[in-house]
Amino acid sequence: MALEIMEGSIAVAQAVRRCRPQVVSAYPITPQTHIVEALAEIVANGELAADYITVESEFSALSACVGAVAAGSRAYSATTSQGLALMFEVCFNMAGMRLPLVMTIANRALGAPLSIWNDQQDSISLRDAGWLQLYAEDNQEAVDLHYIGYKVAEDHRVLLPAMVCFDGFILSHTYEPVNMLSQEEVDAFLPPFVPKYRLDAASPVSMGMYATPDYYLEFRYETDQAQKRALEVLREVGKEFGERFGRDYSELVESYQMEDAETALVAMGSICGTTKDAIDEMRTEGKKVGLVRLRSFRPFPSEDLKAALAGVTRVAVLDKNITLGAGGATARGAVALEVRDALYGSTIPVLDYIIGLGGRDVRIEDIKKVVALCEAGEGDRFYGLRTEVL
Amino acid sequence: MAIDKTCELFECGHRACGGCGAALAGRLFLKAAGTETIVVSSTGCMEVFSTPYPETAWKVPWIHSLFENASAVASGIESALKVQGRKENVVVIAGDGATLDIGVLCISGAFERGHDITYICYDNEAYMNTGIQRSGATPYDASTTTSPAGRVSMGNKRPKKDMPRILAAHGSPYVATASIAYPADFMQKVEKAINTPGPTYVQVHAPCCTGWGFDGSKTLAIGKLAIETGLWVNYEMVDGEVTKVKKVVRKPVEEYLKEQKRFRHLFKPALATGEIAKIQAIADGNAEKYGIDIKLPPKKDVEPV
Amino acid sequence: MALNVGCAAPPGRATDNKTGSWRVFIPRFDNEACSKCGMCQLICPEGCILQTEAKEFVPNYDYCKGCGLCAEECPKAAITMVQEEK
Repeated sequence: MALEIMEGSIAVAQAVRRCRPQVVSAYPITPQTHIVEALAEIVANGELAADYITVESEFSALSACVGAVAAGSRAYSATTSQGLALMFEVCFNMAGMRLPLVMTIANRALGAPLSIWNDQQDSISLRDAGWLQLYAEDNQEAVDLHYIGYKVAEDHRVLLPAMVCFDGFILSHTYEPVNMLSQEEVDAFLPPFVPKYRLDAASPVSMGMYATPDYYLEFRYETDQAQKRALEVLREVGKEFGERFGRDYSELVESYQMEDAETALVAMGSICGTTKDAIDEMRTEGKKVGLVRLRSFRPFPSEDLKAALAGVTRVAVLDKNITLGAGGATARGAVALEVRDALYGSTIPVLDYIIGLGGRDVRIEDIKKVVALCEAGEGDRFYGLRTEVL
Repeated sequence: MAIDKTCELFECGHRACGGCGAALAGRLFLKAAGTETIVVSSTGCMEVFSTPYPETAWKVPWIHSLFENASAVASGIESALKVQGRKENVVVIAGDGATLDIGVLCISGAFERGHDITYICYDNEAYMNTGIQRSGATPYDASTTTSPAGRVSMGNKRPKKDMPRILAAHGSPYVATASIAYPADFMQKVEKAINTPGPTYVQVHAPCCTGWGFDGSKTLAIGKLAIETGLWVNYEMVDGEVTKVKKVVRKPVEEYLKEQKRFRHLFKPALATGEIAKIQAIADGNAEKYGIDIKLPPKKDVEPV
Repeated sequence: MALNVGCAAPPGRATDNKTGSWRVFIPRFDNEACSKCGMCQLICPEGCILQTEAKEFVPNYDYCKGCGLCAEECPKAAITMVQEEK
């Protein structure tokens, strides 16, 4: 298994190809466009036996996936930002119908103001839709999470669609060395899709019926139960992946330099790479700092996170999103709310930093400043604001 | 494929109003489509009255996703069947709101891409499921809950949107209008649509006793009057050309209007002669456009011998 | 009973819902006058009119809502709507 230097989007497209979706339905929008362009080329060259639907909107992109999966085919789409927002209604629908899918999200900000640059507001805003949400730190992980995503999503204990999120531009447009599995390796790991039900004249079923108040609550309960079961299935499939290919994904929270950490940073996505570099520097300066990286945001691994943070003095959350209006006079992102919830009852202070929105660069020195702020007990605020607004 | 009149694929026990035109449309199109059919429903009356969990009326594979995405869902199904090498018919059944208003984007996309699907719009001329609000299919002067007749309003201000022509303009090889008042004709058109490769469209007039305000026993009678007055025209378009039209000896539009509460304001408290003349002009325009008038031979004055 | 995943269901369970209870008027069929044209069966929105082996049309009163369409459309006027005694 040789390393290849590839653009993130191209690597994802190659991974998707190896997952053998029968239907690819996607609409072009920056920054995920390279993925669907690459897949179009793959299909055009006969390297993937899929029907490629050039839909007229993201709304239809995901709607076509609903139809394809309901008919019993593995399907794929990719989107980001405004496109994901346009899919909002279909996202809830697809999860409620328990139709598995993997959709890549090249994370990007939501307007207004219009911004094509990275943050994680798009997928975070679909937090409650019922999808699994996995966040990659680098392109290797982004690629691998597609194989894992399909296997977990299609597991009959789960049957939920999954977003594989990787930071737009920062990862999607960056060339990194990636270890691509062979088709044979993927085939051995990821079996063909076996639907729970499918639209089939030989065995009719009604799908997407409506639920009266006598039933609706129970269907929501069952979808939540599927999310909870997904925690275990993710660990199990991540472990199997590690055993087969040497890259272990059994942990839904990844600890870095946490053994004796006093200050723990919590983050998701590519910012974790910068954070690890910052931690390495701070460690040489004698600061006991570590990182707990969340690989899964939905389902949220509360117990794992609580265990990973046990014993730290303080927690600094790096939120690449903002839950506008939350937190009274202070600011809160969605990750910090989850971290506080996981630590409920403990005395560990959790301070939040809204950082890197709309593509604002986050550098090593910024992470160091966040740690200093946290040590001083200052947080729950936007980090790095221009002075004009202060 | 012969039409099997005994084939019931739409079960009893659905919750449509007595005398429901849409329910009849549902039964009839399924008879024509047959068992090898996957049905995609939009949100709407038919979806709701036929599928409260777990009591589905559908005996063929059926799916409902959202209000506006039935044709995109159908695209995905057709695409999947193609890759799997399966041959079932993919038929969308959707109301006029889902078709002429909120679903236009998805329909346009599906038709432009040329999916092999048949789209049937049951046109009851308003949003009936939510309480009779106007849609793009509501006829001129009809009173609905969002286009009510009032002291300074004569009801809906716009004529019906011409969806069949819009889809013919997409290059659809087969577009037809039909009425539940002519069941055999409707079923033949559904069959023809399904058997024509590519995206095809049938818009079936489905009078709604509750929304239009007439007795449920008159559903077919009202449908016939719509055709006999020229306010609904049954025709077929093949590759964009009108090939077949139902001709009638036309009756004045009043005969249709006066039977329905949604047009009551045209007759009470005073006869709205000017408005009725405008509606007559719409019918005359339809007659002219489609050539529906049967020309009776002129009566000869027979001279007594 | 366990719920079906994703609010799906096996076909045709609507028959559990006996809509005959909605009825106020009931259609009475005069088989002498009937010409066996089948119009009533074709246009019934419930699809609840059955044909016996003797070719006679019989509504399934478990589901007939009493809308009166069959009586209205019968070309032989062989169907009469009468107030139902309950």
